[in-house]
Amino acid sequence: MTIPIRLTLNGKPHAIDLDDPRITLLDLLRERLGLTGAKKGCDRGQCGACTVLVDGKRINSCLQLAVSLDGAEVLTIEGLSEGDALHPVQAAFIAHDGFQCGFCTPGQIMSAVGLIREGKAGTDPERIREGMSGNICRCGAYAGILEAVKDASGRMEQREDAA
Amino acid sequence: MILFDYTRASTVADALAAGRQPGAAFLAAGTNLVDLMKGGVTNPERVIDITRLPGLSGIEAQADGSLRIGALVRNSDVADDPHVAKTFPMVAEALLAGASAQLRNAATVGGNLMQRTRCQYFTDAISPCNKRQPGSGCAALGHATRIHAVQGWSEQCIATHPSDFCVPLAALDASVEIEGQGGTRSVRLTDFHLLPGDHPERETVLEPGELITALTLPAEAARFAGNARYLKVRDRTSYAFAVVSAAAAMILDGGKIGQARLAFGGLALKPWRVTEAEGALAGKAPSPEAYAEAARIALDGAKPTGEANAFKIELARRVAVRALTLAAAGTPARLPALPASPFGIV
Repeated sequence: MTIPIRLTLNGKPHAIDLDDPRITLLDLLRERLGLTGAKKGCDRGQCGACTVLVDGKRINSCLQLAVSLDGAEVLTIEGLSEGDALHPVQAAFIAHDGFQCGFCTPGQIMSAVGLIREGKAGTDPERIREGMSGNICRCGAYAGILEAVKDASGRMEQREDAA
Repeated sequence: MILFDYTRASTVADALAAGRQPGAAFLAAGTNLVDLMKGGVTNPERVIDITRLPGLSGIEAQADGSLRIGALVRNSDVADDPHVAKTFPMVAEALLAGASAQLRNAATVGGNLMQRTRCQYFTDAISPCNKRQPGSGCAALGHATRIHAVQGWSEQCIATHPSDFCVPLAALDASVEIEGQGGTRSVRLTDFHLLPGDHPERETVLEPGELITALTLPAEAARFAGNARYLKVRDRTSYAFAVVSAAAAMILDGGKIGQARLAFGGLALKPWRVTEAEGALAGKAPSPEAYAEAARIALDGAKPTGEANAFKIELARRVAVRALTLAAAGTPARLPALPASPFGIV
């Protein structure tokens, strides 16, 4: 028996027939929809590599059963840039060397986008570190990640001020 | 994860009927349940998705001054609610000291109360564990028990309850609204979780099929808003369970403590409220001596399960003194960058 669900994925509506209620959002994205940006690190909600936005909020996609998200709006790293124009957080990760191996990077970037949307950390390094603590980087690129998030956060705040 | 039947409940009545079937589990965000299912720690045959139930997702100030928080409200939405932050600040501080931003965005109020212990012998799904498999024994006792209980434990189970949120809730006399076949009932949070005794497999007062629908903070709890703090000592500065934590609050009246509240996390299989220590603070001037005396009383009767966790008793005394000291200094207008951390600036 299949269970039909609908998702808006990176702005586009999708109708999906799930043949197994155990499929997590992460597995749906990676194995069924070909979106391999979100990574499977621990698969247990401890590392943050699978972070995506659901209804505008960052969550661990490895712990969400896809069947339970019927009707949700999902944004993954693949939906972040506008054509070739990188999202400010993506650009900042490159400018500040916010990665080494890159495995955790999609999760770090989606988490940073969520953090900036939450609007509580601003450019305060301590609040950014605390706000990003759900994303582990085993290369230890934290110094670059912090600078990238701080820079992007500042730029995006300015952009909002101007708007 | 073993295969299960999935049902999406659209009314509370549907959920209650489905939840009474054998092997049923309610699914809210799943941040704990799905994790345990992946590890084979719990293997429900039926998963009842309650995320669409109407009327469980609001935070409402009641006419009598109490605050009702629906069971499906996300942890981050409780912590960020302006009324909660202003009126029950240590509830917000405790929530923000727990888990990660991603988990807080998903995890619900009811799920937080229902989360299982992180005892490593429970979560490994292999070791003997009376909680997971009644009668199989306790692999923790006599082994690696640095994180285990020093209050209220039994020979059958020495695990602790992992919640931060529940600690200030216990201190503030919160109550849990429960819906069942017989109607609605209300249970004090301090009575909701059960100590292990001879039946560690029974963790709460919920009967099979009963559902948490809301949490209520009484109007009286708002009187502590000006002097209320949560302090959490953990193995790393963020994203770790408490080794020991404390919620401390007081009402200051003419230079004296009118009333005090004190509860601990990390000490027992439930949030550990210490009303005798609270009583000892009443009428005293806020002072290091008064806090030390209260901390001494609070840990009366504490007993480690072995050498590994004996340190928790003295640590808990010190956490209590520091939390009371911070509470007396006044709730900060804005939470520190590192909520509840001893390394915070405030």
